[in-house]
Amino acid sequence: MSTLNIMIKRNTKLFFKDKGMFFTSLITPAILLVLYSTFLGKVYKNSFASALPAGLNVPEKLINGCVGAQLISSILAVSCVTVAFCSNMLMVQDKANGTVKDLTVTPVKSSLLAMSYYISTFISTLIICVVAAAICLTYVSFVGWYMSFSDVLYLLIDIFLLVMFGTALSSIINFFLSSQGQISAVGTVVSSGYGFISGAYMPISQFSKGLQRVISFLPGTYGTSLLRNHAMRGVYKEMGSIGFPNEIIEAIKDSVDCNLYFFGNKVGIEMMYLILSGSVALLIAVYILMNIRRSQKAHI
Amino acid sequence: MNNIIEIKNLCKSFGDVKAVQDLSFKVKEGELFAFLGVNGAGKSTAINIICGELKKDGGSVAIDGYDLEKNAEKIKSLIGVVFQNSVLDRALTVYDNLESRAALYGIYGEAFKKRLKELTDLLEFGDLLKRTVGKLSGGQRRRIDIARALLHRPKILILDEPTTGLDPQTRRILWEVVESLRKTENMTVFLTTHYMEEASDADYVVILDSGKISAEGTPLELKNTYTGDFITLYGISEDEAKALGKPYEEIHGAYRVSVNNTGEATSLITKHPDTFRDYEILKGKMDDVFLAVTGKKLQEENK
Repeated sequence: MSTLNIMIKRNTKLFFKDKGMFFTSLITPAILLVLYSTFLGKVYKNSFASALPAGLNVPEKLINGCVGAQLISSILAVSCVTVAFCSNMLMVQDKANGTVKDLTVTPVKSSLLAMSYYISTFISTLIICVVAAAICLTYVSFVGWYMSFSDVLYLLIDIFLLVMFGTALSSIINFFLSSQGQISAVGTVVSSGYGFISGAYMPISQFSKGLQRVISFLPGTYGTSLLRNHAMRGVYKEMGSIGFPNEIIEAIKDSVDCNLYFFGNKVGIEMMYLILSGSVALLIAVYILMNIRRSQKAHI
Repeated sequence: MNNIIEIKNLCKSFGDVKAVQDLSFKVKEGELFAFLGVNGAGKSTAINIICGELKKDGGSVAIDGYDLEKNAEKIKSLIGVVFQNSVLDRALTVYDNLESRAALYGIYGEAFKKRLKELTDLLEFGDLLKRTVGKLSGGQRRRIDIARALLHRPKILILDEPTTGLDPQTRRILWEVVESLRKTENMTVFLTTHYMEEASDADYVVILDSGKISAEGTPLELKNTYTGDFITLYGISEDEAKALGKPYEEIHGAYRVSVNNTGEATSLITKHPDTFRDYEILKGKMDDVFLAVTGKKLQEENK
């Protein structure tokens, strides 16, 4: 077992042994699931039903499936990033309680320590998000299941990528933090703010044009859209098969951010993957460089 | 003996506060070196710079011939540190803690297991391996801290107030292990402590005050320079003590007379043989040295 593997094991064990960190991470997906299933779900469902053209007979199961898929994509989009911020607390805790001194007093490279935090946070976050995805998919199977095997597979790939993105983002932000108070503040801001700017709480299509343009520069937005596209693809297919006009389906896709536009140009699924993967690579590179630079500063 | 640590003109400031000012000293290989000073004297700053944890403003640091600026990683592999407060992961077991720290020095697998066995035998903590560090007593945790510092067989062991708050048994084990390692592996020990009796066992002592060296030398040199001798006379009257013509104080039915040096004590004995019926001559203590050098009492400063 290499140094990196042992450090990843250490960080992951510490995360799951620290009940505070573990349960804090679970709070966000749990609250969102309860919030959506008890309150927001009904709002979305009523909004969706009222927007349908008169005379179009839509089965109840399809409406529920459509709203359910939208809800779970929102929950998973927010969870992948907010859970990463909570899981990544260890990096700050090590600084706050002085443990980091015991790590940096060794000849280990700072980039290796940085990667151990990144990978262990990724693993912890992925475990929680996959469990959340299983719960979400179970929920959808009760309200209206239209997803194919490949949709589920793509959904898991989206989660994988979004967790990588959330972990990289949290690693960069947490790099500057050194106390529990700071991380709590950041966690609160991220939990409440990220859902809005990524289009998870409210479709971006409902924001003003200016804000939409700003948000179109944020990579997380495309992660949310990927999840939504894959969660809702079966619903759109079913809509088509029961006679929904294509224009209506496209209008629904626009309204729930399955279609995203960058300065008026529609962004394809492949491009969304490219943007998200590119952002992950860029953020990880920045994070490692920041660690190397800090280490060099300490010695020169 | 070679100089294993060479510090020249070391400077470090935090804003307007000059934590370390033009500090220069050498530590010989295999010696027990004591670094004394009240809190804020600059000890921790100097140690953090030596360990590569803190950037220096000026001067040079060479460890075992390696320049800190050019060979920080190499130097880190030569140093083991027992921090003032335990910095192990409290939620993990002793085994997990030592495994993760050993890995940072590239020690894992069979090499780790072999080293762990040696250390558990040396420090007698085999029964603690599966225990969570947070649930250990202070003394048990200190033994694990020392084991952690020794994992990679360092040439220099930095002990930052290692015995503060320890029970006498753990303190004894610690010093036995340190002495044994010094003898068998020629390990250099760099000690900061608040216990003057520990400092008086050192080969060389540096006293730091406000970031500067106030005094340095062997404990004997320091005692001879900064304190006199004390003669304790038993079974004499106060008049006899007064007749010696030296400052004295009564201590539990005896009188303690201060003299400048051992020669002066000898002179008194020959002049007043009848008074010296039952007596002992003691050198001044390191506490007296510290007080004379800095004007501060170390124990009181840290209360």
